[in-house]
Amino acid sequence: MLQRRNTIRDHSAEANLVARRAFAAFIFVLVLIAILFVNIYNLQVNDSESYKTRSNENRIKLLPVAPNRGLIYDRNGTLLAENRPVYNLEVVPEDVKNISETIDQVSNYIDITAEQKEKFLKSIRRTRRFKSQVLKNRLTPDEVAVFSVHQHKFPGFSIEARLARFYPYGDTLTHALGYVAKLNKTELFDLQAQELDTNYRATRDIGKLGIEKYYEQMLHGTVGSQEVEINNRGRIIRTLSESEPVPGKDLVLTIDIGLQQVAQEALGDRRGAIIVLDARDGGVLAFYSNPSYDPNLFVHGISSKDYRALLNPDSPQLNRVTKGIYPPASTIKPHMAVLALDENVVTEKTQIHDPGFFQLPNADHKWRDWQPWGHDKVDVYKAVEQSCDTYFYEVSYRLGIDRISDFMYKLGFGQRTGIDIHEEKTAILPSREWKESRYKVPWYPGDTPSVGIGQGYWTATPMQIANSVNILVNKGVHHPPHLVAATKHADQVQILHRDEKPPVVLKNPKNWDIALKAMHNTVLRGTAKPAFLGSEYDSAGKTGTAQVVSIAQDKEYDADSLQEKHRDNAMYVGFAPFSNPEIVVTVAVENTGGGSSVGAPTARKLMDYYFSNKPESLVGKP
Amino acid sequence: MTALSHRKTIWDRLHIDWPLLVALLALMSASTVIIFSAGGQEIGIVYAQLKRIGISIIAMFVIAQISPMMLQRWVLPIYAACVILLVGVLLFGESSKGAQRWLNIGVTRIQPSELMKLAMPIMIAWYISRAHLPPKIRHLCVGLILVVMPTLLIMKQPDLGTSILIASSGLFVLFMAGLQWRIILGALALAPVAGYAFWQFAMHEYQKTRVLTLLDPESDPLGAGYHIIQSKIAIGSGGVDGKGWTQGTQSQLEFLPERHTDFIFSVLSEEFGLIGVTLLLGIYLFIIARGLYIAVNAQDAFGKLLASSLTLTFFVYVFVNIGMVSGLLPVVGVPLPLISYGGTSMVTLMAGFGIIMSIATHKRILVN
Repeated sequence: MLQRRNTIRDHSAEANLVARRAFAAFIFVLVLIAILFVNIYNLQVNDSESYKTRSNENRIKLLPVAPNRGLIYDRNGTLLAENRPVYNLEVVPEDVKNISETIDQVSNYIDITAEQKEKFLKSIRRTRRFKSQVLKNRLTPDEVAVFSVHQHKFPGFSIEARLARFYPYGDTLTHALGYVAKLNKTELFDLQAQELDTNYRATRDIGKLGIEKYYEQMLHGTVGSQEVEINNRGRIIRTLSESEPVPGKDLVLTIDIGLQQVAQEALGDRRGAIIVLDARDGGVLAFYSNPSYDPNLFVHGISSKDYRALLNPDSPQLNRVTKGIYPPASTIKPHMAVLALDENVVTEKTQIHDPGFFQLPNADHKWRDWQPWGHDKVDVYKAVEQSCDTYFYEVSYRLGIDRISDFMYKLGFGQRTGIDIHEEKTAILPSREWKESRYKVPWYPGDTPSVGIGQGYWTATPMQIANSVNILVNKGVHHPPHLVAATKHADQVQILHRDEKPPVVLKNPKNWDIALKAMHNTVLRGTAKPAFLGSEYDSAGKTGTAQVVSIAQDKEYDADSLQEKHRDNAMYVGFAPFSNPEIVVTVAVENTGGGSSVGAPTARKLMDYYFSNKPESLVGKP
Repeated sequence: MTALSHRKTIWDRLHIDWPLLVALLALMSASTVIIFSAGGQEIGIVYAQLKRIGISIIAMFVIAQISPMMLQRWVLPIYAACVILLVGVLLFGESSKGAQRWLNIGVTRIQPSELMKLAMPIMIAWYISRAHLPPKIRHLCVGLILVVMPTLLIMKQPDLGTSILIASSGLFVLFMAGLQWRIILGALALAPVAGYAFWQFAMHEYQKTRVLTLLDPESDPLGAGYHIIQSKIAIGSGGVDGKGWTQGTQSQLEFLPERHTDFIFSVLSEEFGLIGVTLLLGIYLFIIARGLYIAVNAQDAFGKLLASSLTLTFFVYVFVNIGMVSGLLPVVGVPLPLISYGGTSMVTLMAGFGIIMSIATHKRILVN
């Protein structure tokens, strides 16, 4: 080691060498620093704008804010569908030290099942620890009160409110109002197809049925947004700006909830439908289908037990008002009378002999009258008053099916009435073409007489019958039935304008009066007389007793229940006051007996209520 | 010697080179300011850093008192001990984050690779300066073996960043000693071949991923490329004048990884912009220039080689770290010297500057 020390070193040459190398190294350092600098200059000056944009994209998120759904009122301002806060017990896992143990302590105050706890513990394993998770939803007011007192002991636990639809009248209005429930995939696809999905980004529920579905776009409102700054884990740091959602429009229905409740009571536990129309504008005052069900069950997701209960043979989910298929029976005899008079196959004075049955020329088959011994000599008034079948067998034979189906189509049969819900059927208005395409056989003359008394192939929904009577009452003027009268937005009421349908024009308008007078006579001295004895208003009407050939619902033919289901349907159509009609009442009750014994008394309950608690008319309101 | 005729200044007595000290203190002050912002604006992390800065300055001061003669006397056993410890790390070391870097020696845990950062340049400088400069081939070969042996041991841990720094510190000595340009150019020509061999046989899968990610970070924006993309967004969005102290959204909202350690340069770039970057690079350049000036003016070959090697290694830190966070180099765990949060590297670096100061101020004692 030491030997080298002694060798002579050229120190200045070595110093020069190192100095040259140091210079080279410094140049090298300068070049590399220049490269770093140029690269950073590019990032911070040349591409700065694009990186600024990307840094904002990183941190700024637009959160949608759901609008409040429009409320629904009846014609008198009674709330029928509202948004109520529901309370959930929520936990931010990050803020709780020992979650499992703390939940056990909390369960001293709020009942938490082992299942709920397990589900919660599972869900927090999959989500961010600072995100609030629902431990139990829909707390009772008692639970909310009790927990609020003890909340300070449980940091990280809180009670959160969210608005959910609530129908205070429960099953009274289900088939008209419908309900909302959680938006599903199919509905989302539909919204996407209509390019409405962005408006639903924060929305949980959507109208599934009835008015809630038909007026979904009006009720829903417009989504708002919140611009927030988030960190790399998506936690919201602060709100930068906000645009408020626009709440949905409130709806004012033509329904009168009092009358609706009377309809529900009147039907009791019998299956059937009741409609009360405002004769002056087609507004629906009552719309009830029995049995019904509680729509609130569906809002939070119906349990399978509750759902199974709805699948009983009485079909509570069937909307009998617009989807119940019934033979219109004798309720259409006034209509038939109008047609016969206007086509001159009979006159006001024409009398037809009724021996108790009707026969086609050169045929053996007898179409029997409901009164086995007949009604002797029958003119158009007596035919309607007494509901004489033979008269209408004869008249329909004279008219022929073509004229009947043409006219009845004008009165709205065989087509949707256009009422403002989607659940509606057309039922069957028989015609030559219909029979040929349906059964591949021609129309036989023997098919016509049954149609003359509203039986045979002819079926109709109660709403079609109500609508046709309303046209009759208005002497051809057609006010289409509807449930929503107006929208309301910040106390601004706006009447929804509805197009009249073209009127039904007769050759001789007096023929309307003859039919209406016959209906008046029905109440004064005919089949509806017993039901309306002593009423304080002057009404007119027509009973109907439908022989049930096929069951009302579109169900399979069921031999076991045939006995019960074979009983007659009771029908009644009526209007009042006779001289200046305000309401048209339609009643259809399944398998309970006759129109005069069941139908007419039910209709009277509604008329009684109407005339003693007259609702404010919406006609002419600004 | 002319230096003898000069009066000794207070700085000479303390063995401190004050221009260098001022630059180092400037860096470390900047460090506390940036760490406060990068560390979520908690004062605790600043205190921890201040403590380390204090320890580092003491280490620098103590080492500056040790004369280069002493270093030469002790370097062989220290180097040997370091190599043994490195073998020990591979055999008995403690793992953290998938790498085995620490050795528990009963009293405390030590990181032998940090010691080697100092032992290596001293060892090579001593070995090469024993003979005339430029070194002969056989000295070069021995020197290379002395460089490669510990480098491989550290690469095996695996710690690519440190092994690069340690290999550089040895190779810089050879370069400064006058390693022939033709050898250097020849080695550079062979680099692609060596690189391929290195890729095939020596690199870990995660290291390969980092290199591939560098080539196309956007190919995997949420995976391996995430760090580089977020870092470039931070730097680029800072613009010329920056978003302002504690106002960097990339860092404050935690989109940047390793904000107060390896990626602290991105925080500085985002909050202080090109102006801050230019200032920082200026200070680094001044330190390197000053280190090379001291090296050129050192009394003997050992001092010259050692001071210049330590200075250039310091530059490697700067270049690798900034190159990495700005997307020029693959992600290698090298801190931004004297700015990044973290104790060990700062103490080692300041000890290195202690050696440089010792070389600068111990001239007169070395009289033959």
